[in-house]
Amino acid sequence: MERVVMKGCEAIAEAAIRAGCRFFAGYPITPQNEVPEYFSRKMPKVGGVYLQGESETASAAMLYGAGCTGIRAMTSSSSCGISLMSEAIAWMAGANLPVVICNVMRGGPGIGSIQPSQQDYFQATKASGNGGFRMLVLAPSTLQEAVDMVYSAFDLAMKYKNPVLVLADGFTGAMMEPVVLPPAKSEEFLAAERKENEAWACTGRKGAAQRHHLGCGVVPGMATRMPLEEKNKLDFAKYESWKTTEVDYEDYQTEDAELIITAYGVAGRISRSAVDLLRADGYKVGLIRPRKIHPFPEIAFEKLDYSKLRGILSCEMSIPPQYYYDVDAVVRRRTPIATCLRSGGEIISRNAIIEEAKKLYGAK
Amino acid sequence: MEEKIYKRPAGLQDNINGYCPGCFHPGIGKLIMSVMEEFDLLERSVMVDGIGCVASNMSYIGIDELNTPHGRPCAVASAIKRCSPETIVVTYQGDGDLASIGLAETMMAANRGDNISVFFVNNANYGMTGGQMAPTTLMGMKTSTTPYGRNAQEHGYPMHMCEVLNTLTAPSYLARVTLIDVPHIKKAREAVKQAIQHQLDGKGFSMVEFVSNCPTNWGLTPQESIQFIKDKMLPEFPLGEFRNR
Amino acid sequence: MENAILIGGIGGQGVVMFGKILTFTAAEVDDKYVTFFPSYGVEKRGGVSNCYVTISDNPIGAPMADDSNVVVVLNDLAMPKFEKTLVPGGVLFLDSTVCALRPTRTDITVVEVPATEIAREIGSAKVANLCMIGAFIGFTEALPPEKVLETAFSKLGAKHPEMNALNEKAFYRGMEIGKAAKK
Repeated sequence: MERVVMKGCEAIAEAAIRAGCRFFAGYPITPQNEVPEYFSRKMPKVGGVYLQGESETASAAMLYGAGCTGIRAMTSSSSCGISLMSEAIAWMAGANLPVVICNVMRGGPGIGSIQPSQQDYFQATKASGNGGFRMLVLAPSTLQEAVDMVYSAFDLAMKYKNPVLVLADGFTGAMMEPVVLPPAKSEEFLAAERKENEAWACTGRKGAAQRHHLGCGVVPGMATRMPLEEKNKLDFAKYESWKTTEVDYEDYQTEDAELIITAYGVAGRISRSAVDLLRADGYKVGLIRPRKIHPFPEIAFEKLDYSKLRGILSCEMSIPPQYYYDVDAVVRRRTPIATCLRSGGEIISRNAIIEEAKKLYGAK
Repeated sequence: MEEKIYKRPAGLQDNINGYCPGCFHPGIGKLIMSVMEEFDLLERSVMVDGIGCVASNMSYIGIDELNTPHGRPCAVASAIKRCSPETIVVTYQGDGDLASIGLAETMMAANRGDNISVFFVNNANYGMTGGQMAPTTLMGMKTSTTPYGRNAQEHGYPMHMCEVLNTLTAPSYLARVTLIDVPHIKKAREAVKQAIQHQLDGKGFSMVEFVSNCPTNWGLTPQESIQFIKDKMLPEFPLGEFRNR
Repeated sequence: MENAILIGGIGGQGVVMFGKILTFTAAEVDDKYVTFFPSYGVEKRGGVSNCYVTISDNPIGAPMADDSNVVVVLNDLAMPKFEKTLVPGGVLFLDSTVCALRPTRTDITVVEVPATEIAREIGSAKVANLCMIGAFIGFTEALPPEKVLETAFSKLGAKHPEMNALNEKAFYRGMEIGKAAKK
């Protein structure tokens, strides 16, 4: 297979186009500007639509509109831009639309900084908008994972009729690394899927027995609303089903480990190499790295043998920590949990992780 | 032999609408649907509703229809039209939706010349939330958030959306109409036809502004509300075609 | 073997291109892993610019390493901070025409390359970058020289094919300096 060197943001856009994404709307914000720029160059060449919104709010509303036509559609932004999109994200979740959103995280809160961070964990996994909806949240740690995850995000969105969030960070967006690109979905496949989606899309009823109505509280394909509680129960059941079908994490050197390092995204890849160096130094250390941070991989922590463990080191580029609380909730004080944190655009340091791990480990 | 000379437009559901007695909303919806029917577009059209009283459309409009976040219909409609150019895409929005929270979306869709038709219902207040001040509220008009009347110093002046959009290059059709009597209703229907025709011809952004009423929040009877439109609204919001190219 | 390289200078000196040429070349070499991470200030022109390139035989965990094996300094602005990131025994390359400062550490190898002077001699100050890359390759042997030149030709020569010959000359002049410094 051919390896190509790409910048993270461009790899994300290219993977989306290969996955059949034919609509993109977005608004400039660092550090993800290469995503819309790439789409604006490539969409005319594949017969897709590129639309620069007048704001993130409008761009997400445009995604809502595109999603209503049954096309594969996406937007991307960064942190405070995602906050502006949260209005339409809640609507798309409420309306069960198959769309993909990418957040290339920068510092926060508010304007924060343009530098990389992982400061949006709660926003991504708990509340990307009002109403308590959930999304599948994919967290790539390498560019290859970013490509593979974006590619699969469109299939997942269609499968579950739900927005899927790819939570990348400014580091992954800006770095370059060789990737193997997946094959482009064929025009025939995309046309057939769109035809199938006419069963619920809002593009004119075209002889259907009843009109289609899309919006919050409506199951796609229905002519009108159902009682909101009934609709919310349906969505809840879907979210619950992900706990058995969509849990995805990397379990690395955990078998005999006496200390677990856990992290996701860019902090995950740095932690992985810290595990290698610690192992080379004689420390029995392993890594749990969620590839999806929602649903959270509780099982990865449940199956640990806590009688053997000296502790868990939770690493993330967020102060205050966020990911840590999900780890804490499943570990339930069965072993001490320490943190290694950076924030404000600072990249988490491998040396610092190693140092904290040794402290927690104690004597070899 | 009896001849049927009037019927409910086929684009409406069989439900009784929930609008207040005397409100122009149902009449406007009926006009739009009768034009859709005349043009044989009921099977290939979608209506994008804003938030406010306009969202009640979902219960009685019979074509494909979607609700959108407050103020975003023009952004949503632009995307639908670009993804599905064969679909006739119309929005239905109130004054708060189109001219306040959604002003950017309205202006930018118009400025891009997106090939959609916008139906804008201007009744000078936020009807659904209880009659608060809108961008189109008249000077001196009392609303639930201008209890002493709208004044320029605090609240500025009514916004004239047809005139504002008429400063842009891209829009192809802009008209302001009302439904106060049969001659005006006929003119209003003609404007709706023009807007849809512009979209069918691929000419770009079209908008019809309906100077409408709100008997409930204005505290007037339906008859009085019509008189109020004649006396107060129309001098502020003159009727006519602002652009037709 | 993991080679963590840090290249620093100011915008316009070709810092990012330096890193990209190494990155694209490494990606062509079958059994190598490589990452590139650029970092600049908010200024669009003339600000501090640097990039991290890591070339490894194993998957790369930290694309922005805490410690560098190699540091390339193209401007005095980068000197004080970057010198500190070197591991003991690391190598620091500097453009001795442009830099007035010299490293203070004694536990590192310093390779002074009068790259800008050589470039001017050859005919264009623009090829100083290739001279520095040549010195880096000559010393570290991190990548095959002919592959590096191929990348340089395809990345730089696409717009300016007339520069290929000058870049090649600068590259080999730099390589000699790098090789000589190794002895």
